[in-house]
Amino acid sequence: MSTSTNSDGEQPRLAVTDLSKRFQMHVVDGREVVGLDSVEFDVAAGEFLAVVGESGSGKSSLLKCLHRTYEPTDGTIEYDTGDSVVDLATCNERTILSLRGTDVGYVSQFLREIPRVPAVDVVARPLRESGSSPEQARETARGLLERLQLPRELFDAYPATFSGGERQRVNFARGIAPRPRLLLLDEPTSALDPETREHALKLLRDYLGDDTAVVGVFHNHDVVERVADRVLTIDDARVVDVRPTGGEST
Amino acid sequence: MTDAEPESLEELHDPSSEGLEGYNYAYLDEHTKREVRRATLKAISIPGHQVPYASRAMPLARGWGTGGIQASLSLLGPDDVFKVIDQGSDASVNAANIRRLAETTADIETTTDTTAASVIQTRHRIPEEVLTDDQILVLQVPVTDALRRVDGSDDRNRTRHAHADYSKMWVALYESVVQWGEVDIGARYPVMVEGRYLMDPSPIPRWDVPKLHDADNLFVFAAGREARIYAIPPHTDVEPLAFEDRSFRVEHFDEEACDACGSTDTFLTEVEGEDGERRFACNDTSFCEKRQRNSDCAKDDHLERSDIAWGPGTGIDPNGFVGDGGEDI
Amino acid sequence: MTFLDADGLTKVYGEGCSACLATTGPEYDRNRCPECDSVVACADVSFEVRDGEVLGIVGESGSGKSSVAEILALDADATAGTATIRGHGDVLDADYQRRREIRDEHLGMVHQHVHDGLNLSFTGGGNVAEKLLSAGWRHYGDIRSRVRGLFEETEVPVDRMDDSAETYSGGMQRRVQIAKAIANDPGLVVLDEPTTGLDVSVQARVLDTFRRLQREQDVATVVVSHDLSVVRLLADRVLVMRQGRIVEAGLTDRVMEDPHHEYTQTLINSII
Repeated sequence: MSTSTNSDGEQPRLAVTDLSKRFQMHVVDGREVVGLDSVEFDVAAGEFLAVVGESGSGKSSLLKCLHRTYEPTDGTIEYDTGDSVVDLATCNERTILSLRGTDVGYVSQFLREIPRVPAVDVVARPLRESGSSPEQARETARGLLERLQLPRELFDAYPATFSGGERQRVNFARGIAPRPRLLLLDEPTSALDPETREHALKLLRDYLGDDTAVVGVFHNHDVVERVADRVLTIDDARVVDVRPTGGEST
Repeated sequence: MTDAEPESLEELHDPSSEGLEGYNYAYLDEHTKREVRRATLKAISIPGHQVPYASRAMPLARGWGTGGIQASLSLLGPDDVFKVIDQGSDASVNAANIRRLAETTADIETTTDTTAASVIQTRHRIPEEVLTDDQILVLQVPVTDALRRVDGSDDRNRTRHAHADYSKMWVALYESVVQWGEVDIGARYPVMVEGRYLMDPSPIPRWDVPKLHDADNLFVFAAGREARIYAIPPHTDVEPLAFEDRSFRVEHFDEEACDACGSTDTFLTEVEGEDGERRFACNDTSFCEKRQRNSDCAKDDHLERSDIAWGPGTGIDPNGFVGDGGEDI
Repeated sequence: MTFLDADGLTKVYGEGCSACLATTGPEYDRNRCPECDSVVACADVSFEVRDGEVLGIVGESGSGKSSVAEILALDADATAGTATIRGHGDVLDADYQRRREIRDEHLGMVHQHVHDGLNLSFTGGGNVAEKLLSAGWRHYGDIRSRVRGLFEETEVPVDRMDDSAETYSGGMQRRVQIAKAIANDPGLVVLDEPTTGLDVSVQARVLDTFRRLQREQDVATVVVSHDLSVVRLLADRVLVMRQGRIVEAGLTDRVMEDPHHEYTQTLINSII
């Protein structure tokens, strides 16, 4: 295991080294597309790292590599489970599946769920799967949806009929519900009005406490400045800048 | 037939021949008898298993007891006493014809008294009087396989028997209880023999089924049309298929008694008298006659022991119930 | 813990010859042996499934995925290969009697065609009861209450339990198959095209019911489907099959979003 450390000399929650992702597009004559090129950064426990960049610069690819939805081509993604350090880029799939169930949360922009499952059950599902009783899980789910100001009458309705903002709140609640130790957020508030977004961001800190490491892609500059500890800027598949919020470029 | 080949047509059509003359002893040639005996022995060795045999053409139509006759004639010897009953009656035309065939070709005595017979051929009944280890009951069988109720394919059913796979039959029982509140099978009630083979006991009423269990006598089941023989040797476990909480039940006749002998512990059939009135009468006519002469005559009167369970009504439960009745759904 | 370990599953229809495996497969774009005309339905298919895990097998018709399902359900013999079930050894090698026991007590199968999965002349309840009776249940009251419970779990109206399965809707019949499949708390359930032939709205509910039960009971599952969205919703990991071979395997979201093999890319790009 590598022993990359942050400035405090402690093992970071997440340490990314030389991470590259190249796609081979067989359907277009085997053309190779570079998604990420030698990306390096780390995130401490309790830290919020914002990832910014133009569309197509590689922000979502980065989150997907961290989640192993994309299989990294090169590099390491060292995640500290508390007991040991696991390389998310190369560890076996079963380890990934088990970490996804307990440690690593991912909130995509869009909700993808089995249709005809009531909103409250969508949110409660990961809690039930990690061992909560059905009632306890629903109770927590209701609390989260309330904090996100989802109208109560929608709790037992199917998200397929919801507006974009309503669905995004369900998705957000589901992602944070199990209190992951590493949370990956891909524009989770893009469809929310400013007021609801405020509630969502506040909930994030209140509910997760100060242990969760967050890597979040956000478009809104104000949001980044408010919630993030540091900002990582990606351009054309490469990291071009990492700086603390409120400060100047490093 | 004698062993020598006949030398002329005259010899074959000797007008003076009658009775045994011109026929082999007990009608069947010795090879056929040996074949039937071999099949019977095999059947006894594998209780409840259907053993194929080379069923011969008989001088009566298939389906009229040709299997039973072949089994009986293969078993009979000059010292035997033969009884034939057809649905409880010694007097039916078919029973009389079969009895006469055996009488003329096997030179045996015949009887209508169950207790006096050494071999009894029967259709659809087991006698009311307890059979002993000196007696063989030959049952005529129209349908050999209990599984044919649930699947018409003998091929698949043979595989099921080979592997004791009787779940299809159990589902049929389940469906029957769902639909009727009880297992709705009258005659041909499926039984498990020695915990291994599912067996069709021939169209005997449920009343007679318990008699198959742990009996002193040998039961031989023979089908002419289907060319199968199976058997239940003495003291074999025979259990009617039933759910633990839906016990097997025999027919019950409420408060009815036989119109002729007054019995309340025998299998009764409803008959219409010449006056057009319907009344109940013993189905086993020979025992009914005994009862008419002596109303105290018990089913085991001819035995020294009196503790033998022989179906319903042998003193244990006069209402004719076996088991604990079962509950409603 | 690994419940099922399938190793080298191969099924050849026809006489077969030494050239069969070397001359068929995705790189030759055929599954029929040019030497002997045998059809290689599947070859060298290996995977394992753990308790509580759902493995998806996707592919077009003729890819061999249904042959794999049939072999796992012990409905068809394999030409080669082993399928080891925890505690029972290689079940492909078992004799008829043991195969039946394993099928009755440790496997559940949901068939694509209702006639393969249910006896429509029986009641819906009777179809589920059959599985219990096969496993030796002999108490009518116990069977009734277990069947009733399974109907509730799979959301089939309990008051239809004693109606002939023929009178059920397609969705209900599929649910009865699921009830039957899980009746004996099997270690492995195999679903073959679980939504084919159902209305879109019914599909979703059947899948949701199954996923809930699957998670609750922690049962290892293999789901075979040509429908990528079905596999995406149910499976943790997925195998992509073509011309009888596995061309790609991986985490379901990885295979769907970052397909490596040319064929998988084409397949994913064909989704509407």
